[in-house]
Amino acid sequence: MNAADIPVLSIMLAIPMVAAALCLFVRAELARPIALGATLANFILGVVLWISYDPAGAQWQFTESAQLFGPIGWKLGIDGISLTLIMLSVFLMPICIGASWNSIQKRVGEYMAAFLLMETLMIGVFAAQDLLLFYIFFEAGLIPMYLIIGIWGGQDRIYASYKFFLYTLLGSVVMLIAMLWMIQFAGTADIPTLLNTDFPVQAQTLLWLAFFASFAVKMPMWPVHTWLPDAHVQAPTAGSVILAGVLLKMGGYGFLRFSLPMFPEASANFIPLVFGLSMVAVVYTSLVALVQQDMKKLIAYSSVAHMAIVTVGLFTFNQQGIEGAIIVMLSHGLVSGALFLCVGVIYDRLHTREISRYGGISVNMPKYALLFMLFTMASVGLPGTSGFVGEFLSLAGAYKVSTWATLIATTGIILGAGYMLYLYRRIAFGPQVNADAAAMQDIDGREMWLLAPIAVVVLWMGLYPETFLAPIRRDVATIVERIERAAPAGDSKLMAVDPTTARFRVVHEPKKDVAEGSH
Amino acid sequence: MELTASLSLVRPEIILSFSALALLLLAAWMDQAGRFISILAVVALGAAAALTVSSLGSGASASAFDGLMVNDAFGNFSKLLIYIAAAVSLTIAPRFLEKAGAMRAEYPVLIVLSCVGMGIMVSATDLVSLYIGLELQSLSAYVLASFVRSDGRSAEAGLKYFVLGALASGMLLFGASLVYGFAGSTNFAAIGLAMDKEVGLGLIFGIVFILSGLAFKISAAPFHMWTPDVYEGAPTPVTAFFASAPKVAAIALLMRVVLEAFGSQVLVWQQIIIAVALMSIIIGAVGAIGQQNLKRLMAYSSINNVGFILIGLATGTEQGIAAMLVYLTIYVAMTLGGFVCLMQLKDKDGNYREEFADIAGLSKTRPALAAAFAIFMFSLAGIPPLFGFWGKLVVFNAAVAAGLLPLAVIGISASVIGAFYYLKVVKVMYFDDAADVIAESDDKVLVWTGGILAAANSPLGYFAIPALGVWTAVAAKALF
Repeated sequence: MNAADIPVLSIMLAIPMVAAALCLFVRAELARPIALGATLANFILGVVLWISYDPAGAQWQFTESAQLFGPIGWKLGIDGISLTLIMLSVFLMPICIGASWNSIQKRVGEYMAAFLLMETLMIGVFAAQDLLLFYIFFEAGLIPMYLIIGIWGGQDRIYASYKFFLYTLLGSVVMLIAMLWMIQFAGTADIPTLLNTDFPVQAQTLLWLAFFASFAVKMPMWPVHTWLPDAHVQAPTAGSVILAGVLLKMGGYGFLRFSLPMFPEASANFIPLVFGLSMVAVVYTSLVALVQQDMKKLIAYSSVAHMAIVTVGLFTFNQQGIEGAIIVMLSHGLVSGALFLCVGVIYDRLHTREISRYGGISVNMPKYALLFMLFTMASVGLPGTSGFVGEFLSLAGAYKVSTWATLIATTGIILGAGYMLYLYRRIAFGPQVNADAAAMQDIDGREMWLLAPIAVVVLWMGLYPETFLAPIRRDVATIVERIERAAPAGDSKLMAVDPTTARFRVVHEPKKDVAEGSH
Repeated sequence: MELTASLSLVRPEIILSFSALALLLLAAWMDQAGRFISILAVVALGAAAALTVSSLGSGASASAFDGLMVNDAFGNFSKLLIYIAAAVSLTIAPRFLEKAGAMRAEYPVLIVLSCVGMGIMVSATDLVSLYIGLELQSLSAYVLASFVRSDGRSAEAGLKYFVLGALASGMLLFGASLVYGFAGSTNFAAIGLAMDKEVGLGLIFGIVFILSGLAFKISAAPFHMWTPDVYEGAPTPVTAFFASAPKVAAIALLMRVVLEAFGSQVLVWQQIIIAVALMSIIIGAVGAIGQQNLKRLMAYSSINNVGFILIGLATGTEQGIAAMLVYLTIYVAMTLGGFVCLMQLKDKDGNYREEFADIAGLSKTRPALAAAFAIFMFSLAGIPPLFGFWGKLVVFNAAVAAGLLPLAVIGISASVIGAFYYLKVVKVMYFDDAADVIAESDDKVLVWTGGILAAANSPLGYFAIPALGVWTAVAAKALF
């Protein structure tokens, strides 16, 4: 298949858009299959994209370019990093639609339309090769998400939707000014060109801060993470899945695509800031997660902790760390999405997110307990699951830069095991104190179809990560090469010493036979 | 010969003047002819607009009446915008005014006369012709504000508008006389030449007074106080008119005065414009938060938007002027759309409603109307992918290009405050429980106008960017 012939990316953007428009005008019974069909079609296209992507080929593949809107170029194209994140989006979307099949009963058409629109915008963010086009996709996601949280959310949905919208908007507007400045400096909005533009170092600092304001909120990094628990708790299940699964990855993607390669010197100067905030985030949000009574809030705080490991990995300036950060992003997208689905499964039955209202459900829901266990372990980072690969790589990369940051970030894994296992114990094990929880039915076929594919991918990524590392390796290497000149020196003070020199030789004295002589 | 040439340059104004007089006569001989006369007025506006369209892309410029007026791309672009906005205001009005018992033939006639004034405003190159145009427009507007005589609020709006407008005109005239005294001429080009040499204190005083008077007319802070009251009191179609056409005219006039007459001394007026722009953005945003009346909300929104438009003027560059014209075009579409939606808010007894409480849960009972209203609100807030975003983008782009980074950062950050109240409208319509006071709209004209404007504000509007870019660039070039 030739990329130049068929505009695959434009088709992937168009399918959900058309389906969204259709959903607005049809009955609920029709809107659901339309949405599912469109997302599945997009998933199949995604698989085609994955298969025909050549990891050794050009850096940017499937490129399209059209001057439709004057200064805003309709330029699309993907590299390996974009490819994996697009795959994540199109993989999670049908699952989100399936998760909302029964639980959403009011205004179904509008709901499906909002989700499909969201899919278009997510793919657009990862595929845009024009700075302004990227910004449009990036910001436009606020509108459907605002509506999803506000219309179909829980009790405090209005507060949460406002907070989500205004927080992220305030973060992003300054980035727009920075982008305008960059476009004028470089004379183009073309991202591949900008990636190789050297901005003056003084300007880099301000530009980096402007981008940081946006991506740190989106990520979210401590202390601007507070919108996330509110948004997660109030959003409907599928909304949380998309929020945790894909929207949070936009921050990491932004750091990777813009902050690092465009402003290498500034990025290097701000390593202490990023590491500092990440260290606080890991410890603080993990401790906060430990005391949560609300399942969704607990997983939301754990997301902040995991994202902190992503930021640590990204700012290591080396291949291992950045590859690890990307794998953590993918893994977290799958695992936290699955965990929110797991919460959704029991929420649909009992309509409460209170942890203490459950207990001992592994007795009556064995299949559920098994899958939930798998995702818990993946979240903890057990070897054999996707979580381990990513966290190990990014922390190994971080060790080359800062021992202290690695030490503290690693406590996140221990604390993570603490809060996740504690959550699992309270829900799945122990005595069945609540009669209604004990009477819950095990997962049905639909729910199995939602969770099982994620479980397969989580194990796949854990056992054979090469599948996911292969497409990103070359692109990460390109970034590392680009930022080489600003790479920080490690604090380990490794010395190149010949181990055979006298200093390291262990001198074994010949043993005297004292035992016999003592008699 | 000279006179014929001049007259041929002001053909749109001539057409409109004669139409207004003819329509007035016609109205005297016909009873209940409001609707018919409105249609004829729209036709006249269309004819005038057709005359301006032909010269949109050309950079030709010709001076008329010995330097009193000019026919150039800038004036023609502004006129086109004004005529379209006025035609929309005429189209949407009949039902509303009939309900209020005020659909008289004077309404279209006054709007056409006001358009003549606005045409003179945007093509004036002399303080005298400027004042004549401004007063012709304002006097028509005062009457229009109090058009529903039986309504106390409308009468109050008219009176307030008149008193404060007269004050503004006085300030403007005082400034003009000072400028004339110190520069020795009322002609923009001559003032520009005089200012080139030196700028005395008297001249600066004159400029400040002229700018204050014009700030009144465009409802920029700190001279914005009349706006919410007048917008609330005036009949809604008239408010839609006030928020669109005269605003375009006054802003275009401001651009021409500032750049053609005072253009040689940018530093003299740049700080004033920056201060006014930021104050308008912030006051417009903060003032709107507590409002319960949607028309007052739209008033604050227009103050807010004027602030963003003025950022383009603060740059004093060609790019900034082109950006302002782009923003103005989009602003007209957004704000007219907002008012068209407002006018469809009728309860089951046919009374017009304009409070927040009335639109609660509107998306459940009237999904299409709510969606259109939401599009206008998000567009006014400048959230991509709606077209309003493009307006903000070009203005800030111009500010960045001119090196006004702090202004750009403060301005765009303040736009987040504004987003709060636009979101509130969406929240009330989409998240709140249905109040179910709004009945199905029976006015097909409003539905279609709203639909077209919503499409223009949707991402479809982006297809207009290339054409808009060319026209505004040519228009902006005319001022330099």
